[in-house]
Amino acid sequence: MKTFALAGNPNCGKTTLFNALTGSTAHVGNWPGVTVDKREGLYKGGESNVKIVDLPGIYSLSPYTPEEIISRNFILDGKPDGIINIVDATNLERNLYLTTQLLETDVPVIIALNMTDEVEKAGEKIDESLLESALGVPVVSISALKNKGIKRLMERAAALPASRKGVTVLQDALKNEIAVARAYYENEGVSSPLFHAVKLLENDEIERERKGAKEAVAALNSDLEAEIADRRYRYISSNLASAKAGAKKTAFTKSDKIDRILTHRIWSIPIFIVVLFAVFHLTFSENLLFLNGFTESQGWMPALEELGYGDSFGTSLLACFYDGAVFSPGVILTNLLNLVLGYISDGVSALIGVCGGSAWVDSLVCDAILGGIFAVLGFLPQILFLFLGFSVMEDTGYMARIAFVLDRIFRRFGLSGRAFMPMIMGFGCSLPAMINTRTLADEKERTATIRVIPFFSCGAKLPILTAMSGGILAVFGVGNVDLITLSMYLAGIVIAVCAVLLMRNTTMRGETPPFIMELPAYRLPAIKNLLRHLWDKAKHFVKKAFTIIFASTVIIWVLQSFSWNWEFLLQDAQQLFGADPVKWQSLAEIEGLVNVQTDKSILGSLGMFVQPLFTPLGFGSQLGKTFGWVFAVAAITGLVAKENVIATFGALAAVVAGAYVDWEADEVATAVAMIEGTGITIPAIIAFIVFNMTTIPCFAACATAKAELTKGTFRWTLVFWLVTSYLAAAAIYTVGSWWWTLFIWLAVAGAAVTLIVLRNTGKFDVTKIFKKRSKK
Amino acid sequence: MKKLLSEFTVGESGRIVAVTGEGRVRRRLFDMGVTPGATLVMRKKAPLGDPIEITIRGYELTLRKSEAACAEVEVL
Repeated sequence: MKTFALAGNPNCGKTTLFNALTGSTAHVGNWPGVTVDKREGLYKGGESNVKIVDLPGIYSLSPYTPEEIISRNFILDGKPDGIINIVDATNLERNLYLTTQLLETDVPVIIALNMTDEVEKAGEKIDESLLESALGVPVVSISALKNKGIKRLMERAAALPASRKGVTVLQDALKNEIAVARAYYENEGVSSPLFHAVKLLENDEIERERKGAKEAVAALNSDLEAEIADRRYRYISSNLASAKAGAKKTAFTKSDKIDRILTHRIWSIPIFIVVLFAVFHLTFSENLLFLNGFTESQGWMPALEELGYGDSFGTSLLACFYDGAVFSPGVILTNLLNLVLGYISDGVSALIGVCGGSAWVDSLVCDAILGGIFAVLGFLPQILFLFLGFSVMEDTGYMARIAFVLDRIFRRFGLSGRAFMPMIMGFGCSLPAMINTRTLADEKERTATIRVIPFFSCGAKLPILTAMSGGILAVFGVGNVDLITLSMYLAGIVIAVCAVLLMRNTTMRGETPPFIMELPAYRLPAIKNLLRHLWDKAKHFVKKAFTIIFASTVIIWVLQSFSWNWEFLLQDAQQLFGADPVKWQSLAEIEGLVNVQTDKSILGSLGMFVQPLFTPLGFGSQLGKTFGWVFAVAAITGLVAKENVIATFGALAAVVAGAYVDWEADEVATAVAMIEGTGITIPAIIAFIVFNMTTIPCFAACATAKAELTKGTFRWTLVFWLVTSYLAAAAIYTVGSWWWTLFIWLAVAGAAVTLIVLRNTGKFDVTKIFKKRSKK
Repeated sequence: MKKLLSEFTVGESGRIVAVTGEGRVRRRLFDMGVTPGATLVMRKKAPLGDPIEITIRGYELTLRKSEAACAEVEVL
């Protein structure tokens, strides 16, 4: 089977062509060692099947970015039978720059001239045959979006000769230099000697490292880099650009007009905030377009119950769209999915009953496994919806403008404007946010960004904030729930900023990555591509939910349900509470098994064991042996999913307050039970919130981080999360309890900053101290 | 008259004379078409004054002032 590589500039329609060629046969993997998508698929439209490998979008074959290195290695060492070079006809000049480099290899090349229809619309015309004779390789006009010309492209690709001799547009100007360099490579027996020779003359790092290479060209002019780039462009504009004829670009195109508004000196930032708010609103809002008023007191829409709807399937279905307010599309999809998942769970439960499974099987399968997996799957619609919104922004070209507008602010922290998007997505969910960091070119910048994403408090952490701040208000009569919640969000942002600054100056140190970026023309997004993209994401996510989440929920269930001598701790709710009719009513007649003996469980004793570790944070030993361990246990279960923190409180309330609290109905009541039962102080509660916000995120986020980070960095990322959350929470607790400790923290922070600055300016060398010691 | 690209005002156009800078930045500038001889138009500045946007070789390119300072341009 023949293999063709697909190469071209970013934004030239490469993905669209790949999808059109391969259809449903495509599969996505990672290139080994780096986190760049490797996509492969089969073209089945010809006489025999052809394998298509989609190379990352690149402007050049320089050795500076992972995308460029991957493409270069595949073309030179992957032994493709040919390269399909996609060229955006609307921007011939810059696109052909890459072509001139591809032609220097010995691999057969065919040019797919994309978007010729758009060129014609603008009143211009491209002479295909003129281009073909000038380049010396086949040129085929196509429209990837409209699926035109693709069959002809592949027919001509199949007819490509088995080998080709590399040619260069530099031949006339640098004849002697090329001959010298080429002789060296031919002597070494390297394939594509011309390509290597020209790269060596460009002072390419990879070529110069080759043994004897530097010496081979030592006698030549050493700075040909500028000249070669210039000659390539000059050749293109004088010999190839003539293939394009017709009307010149008018003063202001449509794209320019849109751009004038979206990057306006004053309006750009307000517009951006509105767009961002709209995406979040459509995804998460339970009050679409504020139809039900801006505050709760303005609400006028009646709940379904008030309208006299009884319990029925129709009512449940209707409640997915409207119940006391119109829901946003994201919420509607979530509700619909959860409705289906609920029926599945009920069905499985009934099936277990019919098959004679005991209550504990039901608890394990339905409550733990299905409950855990469904809780994660339940997020899927909103994650995808958020992803859709951001993909539209990316595909229309708006995202690049946002980076352009915000770069100035982010540079202060050693990041580029592109880092903003993943961070803001973190407020919705860490998973799509971490995947979105792929738009960052610099690996260190990417690692630093992935690490701070969990600090942008996601939707699942919100219940912790509202329940605990509600508890503070109820028990101590201090504060305002909204204010505390908001300040916790701000605290997360501050911690993220400090952490990024710290990392970019120490372990993730590096030059602020260059910001030399194309601003693509505004374009309508291709819906088909978007949906395919989402489908890939959904598949990935579901796979994860069924493996990692499955395992983790089973483990936590076992730890929670058994004591060390394997005594089963769950009890039947009706047996436990049924005797007291008033209480039984107030619990809404919960069904099945409940856990009111978590203190005896393995998890409970683990909590007691690690409890002293949390003493500096305010929720450790000082809370006493009796119930003090509950916060430690909640923090542990929170590692699986942050929803578990409040759920655990619900289960533990039975132990602490001596009464089962239905946590799903009243989150604040569970928090109150915990606060009163343990006698925890306000600073410690705040420290607890901050700890949960900034510590190791949920399992799903950890799995994503592991997949997205380069090998070996994930371990340190876990350490980073633990240390950051521990220090932040400790600082909040101690300063909140004893104000004068603020000065100690400030002094330590000041000393640390001074040390880092001294080290980075070269005035102080840590390694020297250690060397001296080891000598003694 | 010659000046650095970073000193350009909106609407000015020029022809690049020389490109300096550290290897990686310089290479990237070359690859994006910022080479000696190329003509460009300064399109606009970002709302906070930096980065800038130029039209070069028929497309829009954005770069920071610090990177634009690598290009010496003859004002046309």
